[in-house]
Amino acid sequence: MTATTAGTSPHEPSPGPRPPKRRGVELSLLVCAVLICVYGYVAVGLARNGAVPQDVAGYGAGLGVLALLAHLAVRLRAPYADPLLLPIAVLLNGLGLVLIYRLDLETAPDRAAPAQLVWSTLGVALFIAAVGLLRDHRVLARYAYLSVTAALALLVAPIFFPAVNGARIWIRIGQLSFQPGEFAKVLLAVFFAAYLAANRGALTHASRLIRKLQLPTGRVLGPVVAVWLVSVGVLVLERDLGTSLLFFGLFVVMLYVATGRIGWIAVGLLLASAGAFAVGSLEPHVHSRVDDWLNPYAGIEAGRGPGQLAQSLFAFAAGGLLGTGLGLGHSVLIGFATKSDFILATAGEELGLVGLSSIFLLYGLLVARGLSAGLGVRDPFGRLLAVGLSSIIALQVFVIAGGVTGLIPLTGMPMPFLAQGGSSVVTNWVIVALMIRLSHSARAPQPVLMDTDVLAPAAAVRR
Amino acid sequence: MTRTIRHAAVLCLLLLLALLVNAARLQVVDAPELGGNPANRRADIVRYAQPRGDILVDGKPVTGSKDTGELLRHERTYRAGPLYAPVTGYASQTYGTSFVEHAEDAVLSGTDPLLAPLPFFSDLSRGRPPGGDVATTVRASVQEAAYRGLAGRRGAVAAVEPATGRILALVSSPSYDPDLLSGTGPEVARAWAGLNGADAQPMLNRAIRQTYPPGSAFKIVTAAAALETGVVDDMDAPTRTPEPYLLPNTRTPLPNATRGCENASLAYAVQWSCNSVMANLGVRVGLADMVATARGFGFNDPGLRIPSGVAASNFDTDMSPDQLALSSIGQFNTTATPLQMALVASAVAGGGDIRHPYLVERITRANGDLAEQNGPRAYREAMTPVTAQRLRELMVRAVEEGTGKNAAIDGATVGGKTGTAQHGIDNSGLPYAWFIGWAHAHDAAQPAVAVAVVVEDAAALREDISGGGSAAPIARAVMEAALWDP
Repeated sequence: MTATTAGTSPHEPSPGPRPPKRRGVELSLLVCAVLICVYGYVAVGLARNGAVPQDVAGYGAGLGVLALLAHLAVRLRAPYADPLLLPIAVLLNGLGLVLIYRLDLETAPDRAAPAQLVWSTLGVALFIAAVGLLRDHRVLARYAYLSVTAALALLVAPIFFPAVNGARIWIRIGQLSFQPGEFAKVLLAVFFAAYLAANRGALTHASRLIRKLQLPTGRVLGPVVAVWLVSVGVLVLERDLGTSLLFFGLFVVMLYVATGRIGWIAVGLLLASAGAFAVGSLEPHVHSRVDDWLNPYAGIEAGRGPGQLAQSLFAFAAGGLLGTGLGLGHSVLIGFATKSDFILATAGEELGLVGLSSIFLLYGLLVARGLSAGLGVRDPFGRLLAVGLSSIIALQVFVIAGGVTGLIPLTGMPMPFLAQGGSSVVTNWVIVALMIRLSHSARAPQPVLMDTDVLAPAAAVRR
Repeated sequence: MTRTIRHAAVLCLLLLLALLVNAARLQVVDAPELGGNPANRRADIVRYAQPRGDILVDGKPVTGSKDTGELLRHERTYRAGPLYAPVTGYASQTYGTSFVEHAEDAVLSGTDPLLAPLPFFSDLSRGRPPGGDVATTVRASVQEAAYRGLAGRRGAVAAVEPATGRILALVSSPSYDPDLLSGTGPEVARAWAGLNGADAQPMLNRAIRQTYPPGSAFKIVTAAAALETGVVDDMDAPTRTPEPYLLPNTRTPLPNATRGCENASLAYAVQWSCNSVMANLGVRVGLADMVATARGFGFNDPGLRIPSGVAASNFDTDMSPDQLALSSIGQFNTTATPLQMALVASAVAGGGDIRHPYLVERITRANGDLAEQNGPRAYREAMTPVTAQRLRELMVRAVEEGTGKNAAIDGATVGGKTGTAQHGIDNSGLPYAWFIGWAHAHDAAQPAVAVAVVVEDAAALREDISGGGSAAPIARAVMEAALWDP
């Protein structure tokens, strides 16, 4: 269905010099990314057993084929896409697989890497499907309200399932478990982008002056408060501080980008801090996280031994500048969630500050390319969607990386691409697929559609 | 919207910078402090990740390592643990290390720079070389003879090679098996508590960490002082000592356990252990010269390391004449470790010089390469060679026809001195029996061994007889092992 709608767009090459497609650059970067991951895999084997792992060829080939298929999809369906996006995603995903494989050696017989590889394959499949089938991102704007309904349903669903590690964010059916909140992020970004693109004018101009501070009127404030309530609801009902922080941050950033109104940020921060304070003081789960953050070594002083955060900080410190080398650290001391929430500690310990900074910079580059696609896209929905998707990655990286390094209170969240977690990997591949789509639109020689009235359908759905 | 997107980009950049700065703070600035946190187990994990180097006796390891497969992977094991415990000490994952295990810990655990062929590269790669081996100077036959001789009685034996300072035996009894302390867990804690709480103090290294009043064995030092200062010129001349001899400025007589001490010569006094004569000579030598001579033998040195620290033997430096008189026969506040008394014998046997006692012969890397070789070093000049030669004669007489007959050995010249020291309130404790001596094979250029034996709970019938009765046979067995066994 998406294909037919998008098919209406004209695809004739424009006259004049065509911008370079840079697919060759992408391919060579992909080769580098795959080689780095294979090298990491070999390094783990050499460090642990003194021998190259036997399945290194299969592993390298698997990752290589995935990268190649994704590359082909981009080459065929989004030839003008940013050449950095896909290699960064492949590198981060491959690095995550190496780290999980490395941690599997400590937690035998419990192995997570094979499942993660399957999930990565599924993620790449979805990526290929999204890049291949979605000819024009603007189609998504039509499904704004379907998106938000689905997102809310996904968010609410885990409340009916038992809590895992204090948070009600999982749906478990037999052996299979997934985090619906992950998928909800993308859907919410689509909804926010569509809603804000359609109501930009009203939100920008309708305001009331209170002591020189321009505040929005009650009518447009409604949805904002609604989102805030949903975030707080998620926090209270699911005890998931990270996700609620992410949703709210995402909304505030997109609201600001759409309207350019500082007042929104003021309101946002006010609401966020009020909500955080109220929940922080009322909810023991959240309260203890803040206490841990303020004094990570309290457990040691009390004779209970180091807590998870202290162990995580020990791991980072043990890495120093250059790291212990892959396979030679002891981040497994952290206990549970070493492969998911605390995966970064393993990277920090074994790759050192140099490796950790490189990973941060990779994320930074990914976000920067996403935002630059947003600058290049011509329609407001596309721009806001690009900002939203980039913000999801930026905020998520900041919240979890800041959490495990003691910068901010720790909230459970997967590190995009690196961490163990099927839902997260699949979602991230979809995010990158959408970024590829948007960057293709931004860089393609001819704007795919000239009319800016593309958001009309969204408005129609609303009525 | 372009402007606001740029603002969003700036926000993302700020977040990125915050992460980078915080990571640098954590991994570089705070790293040493966090690495040193006692709750951080990484140092222990790395330490026990590889087998510990071995301690060798006669070129054969008396220690081992076993792979437990636990988090702290390798655990220390001991072959003949109780026999060598005073030498090796323990290496516990719970309670740290002691003695050679402690003094050479860096070598044994692989952190010593001596072991790294390329130090800078090792720092960079964080590789830790395998632990090195520590070869001791101890000789198994001598050590075993001493351990057998004590047979579980409380006491200690120290034996050194006079010409080099090599420690040939270091035995403390009763002993313990350091193997019990190697690992972690409740049974180790129980063993530790049991050993520390035991009345017999099995973990006390009596040979170097316990000081005893040396009693008559100290008379060798007093005799050396008398000869060196010229108080006595002719060893066989009478010493003008009355019987009974009253302690200076007191009415307290100093009893002798033997007859014929009135006005006896120095030779007779050493041979038959006359308290009165030696106390009299000590007082005539004077405090300053007695202190100087004692110091020359190694007393009052808190800094002696072999490489483990040795408790300082004591000869008071501020005393009244009556206290000096008692000190001169090894009573009052005079105390000595068995190793110190072995050095006294060594000084006589070695011609007046004392070589620095040492326990570690060489350090080798795991591949067998020599990393460090120790050799003889000067420690003290106790007396002139002439005085040493005269004291040799006195000590030989004590063994051949005096109190130390039980130490005589066929085929070797043996010199010795017995001693029995009173202790406890009003001398109520069982006396300590001493024997110090040396042996020189007739066909050898150098004396083979100097030894000191102390038996704490010798059942004493009469002063000196217990020194000759309990301690001398042990000393003879030790000297025989040093003389004849490979």
